[in-house]
Amino acid sequence: MLLTRKAEFSASHVCANPAWTPAKNLEVYGNNANPNGHGHNYILEVTVEGDTDPVTGMVFDLRELKEILNREVVDPMDHRFLNREVPPFDRIVPTTENIAAEIWRRLEPEVRRPNSRLHNVRLYETADLFVDYGGPVASH
Amino acid sequence: MEDLLQVTSRYRFAAAHRLDTPALTPEENRKLYGKCNNPFGHGHDYILDVTVDGSIDANGLVVNREAFDSLVRSSVIDKLDHKNLNVDLTEFRSEVATTENLAMLVRDYLVAAWTLPAKLVRVRISETERNTFVWEAGQ
Repeated sequence: MLLTRKAEFSASHVCANPAWTPAKNLEVYGNNANPNGHGHNYILEVTVEGDTDPVTGMVFDLRELKEILNREVVDPMDHRFLNREVPPFDRIVPTTENIAAEIWRRLEPEVRRPNSRLHNVRLYETADLFVDYGGPVASH
Repeated sequence: MEDLLQVTSRYRFAAAHRLDTPALTPEENRKLYGKCNNPFGHGHDYILDVTVDGSIDANGLVVNREAFDSLVRSSVIDKLDHKNLNVDLTEFRSEVATTENLAMLVRDYLVAAWTLPAKLVRVRISETERNTFVWEAGQ
């Protein structure tokens, strides 16, 4: 059984490599490289996979999942400038890919239980662009 | 172990079409396709979601957004937007312009133009909010 919960956070970021020229950053990141930053209303959809508990009838307690999402993602990231206030984005470019992977790393140990595991993190940067991450997979 | 992520980008195009096949009689076409067979055609605001799969590169990206958008716009959107699929596209002179066939055509357009390091894994087209068609790699 798959269970998905949604959360939102608004944050600003800059996607740029400080070692590069402005022209090179523009080529790789487009206007996401504008130096003073810009923001998005990120929408996060977290999917947990598991067996339904025969007693509670639940895969995962949604209230607890909401608390985990708030503690690990929304509280630290909402209304923050990711590059300046939310490690590791002081060192890692906060592309949607990297933010989704970081959210996975924060949530995976929190939702891992005998009967459940993190299945997918979907992060919308805008209504027209989203990233899905299902965790590390064995190399081919 | 490697990190594979899927990036999905959404595009829109408006186009006219009519569902009609010469393999059937006019009466059979009307019965099969209903109002989609109305003789002068009709149109939709199609929504196209293109998904690529790949690992994060040294820049923190699976795909360069500008390269992705530019490839989809030049190989698909420019060919379909504000066109009559049945009249303006040679592909639909021999094939019915259903959204199933349109999804496969979009897949073919993308594959022919593909230059990105990430892998094309899904094409999803909504004809209306109620009707959605998906091609996935491996199907």
